[in-house]
Amino acid sequence: MKLKLITARCKGCGVCVNFCPKKVLAISEVEKCEAVHPELCIGCGQCELRCPDYAIFVEK
Amino acid sequence: MSMEQIVDKYFRPGRLPHIWCPGCGNGVVTGCICKAVDKLGLDQNEVVVVSGIGCSSRASGYLDFNTVHSAHGRALPVATGVKLAEPRLKVIVVTGDGDCTAIGGNHLIHAARRNIDMTVVLYNNSIYGMTGGQYSPMTPLGSKATTAPYATIEQDFDVTELVKAAGATFVARATTFHAQVLADVITKGIQHKGFALIEAVAACPTSFGRHNKMPNPATLMEWQRDHAVMKAAWDKMDAAKREGKFPIGVLYEDTSRKEYTGAYEELIARAQGGKK
Repeated sequence: MKLKLITARCKGCGVCVNFCPKKVLAISEVEKCEAVHPELCIGCGQCELRCPDYAIFVEK
Repeated sequence: MSMEQIVDKYFRPGRLPHIWCPGCGNGVVTGCICKAVDKLGLDQNEVVVVSGIGCSSRASGYLDFNTVHSAHGRALPVATGVKLAEPRLKVIVVTGDGDCTAIGGNHLIHAARRNIDMTVVLYNNSIYGMTGGQYSPMTPLGSKATTAPYATIEQDFDVTELVKAAGATFVARATTFHAQVLADVITKGIQHKGFALIEAVAACPTSFGRHNKMPNPATLMEWQRDHAVMKAAWDKMDAAKREGKFPIGVLYEDTSRKEYTGAYEELIARAQGGKK
């Protein structure tokens, strides 16, 4: 299980960051989503489900 | 298929990132349409996506089906023509709250009345986003907009009740927060033989949220989470508890009424005396 981020599509809206139950994600200085604690990811898929830009996927 | 594979399959190559604003719910709704098509295993060449004008209607340009980006409010007449010419095709109409209920309002009630087999996905972002945030017939009463700096005083449409009264035979609603429910009701809507309308409550942080103290896209999604109630729970709620909330899920389904293209085929056979 691993997170796949497609940074070129990300607009930094922060929806994934807000709904991540484990605080895995954050918005970087350049306003893109980044995984700051990837080891905490439980693969729930809340980020993938609500990302409006198809920029984050959970690979199982 | 994973969501990544679904996006790769049903989106036109090289069209992403899309033009929608950061946090716009339209991307989630469009993704849910692709999930529904994938779940049903429909042939991409047998699906037609027709849209009008507006933010939501740009979806037809991103999707890799047979697509028509028609005139403002006229997605339903174009879709009616497509369906009557080739009844075997699955027709999905992508439209917005202003496009569908204001400019195309008359088309909406008559398409519903005819019960023609198509699936309308109404992206309700509560505002005219593309033109700068004018209030639409579905902007909630008391909300602010560029054309309503002191908040709207007009009662908004409940489009699900509107089309039900007009004769639609499948009516559902979901939000972008409840994306799984949304994909599920779109799937059921496509399967339904007759006029199906799905209201997809989507966030517009730029033109609606900023005027209404919800500039953060996640706040708008939390609003959806806190105000939407599943149909089964809604039915058990009393009027006082329903205040300010709205039901989601399949709200109405009727399989007894005759579908329009089928009736039209019968008419042709009757007029030709059984000889074609």
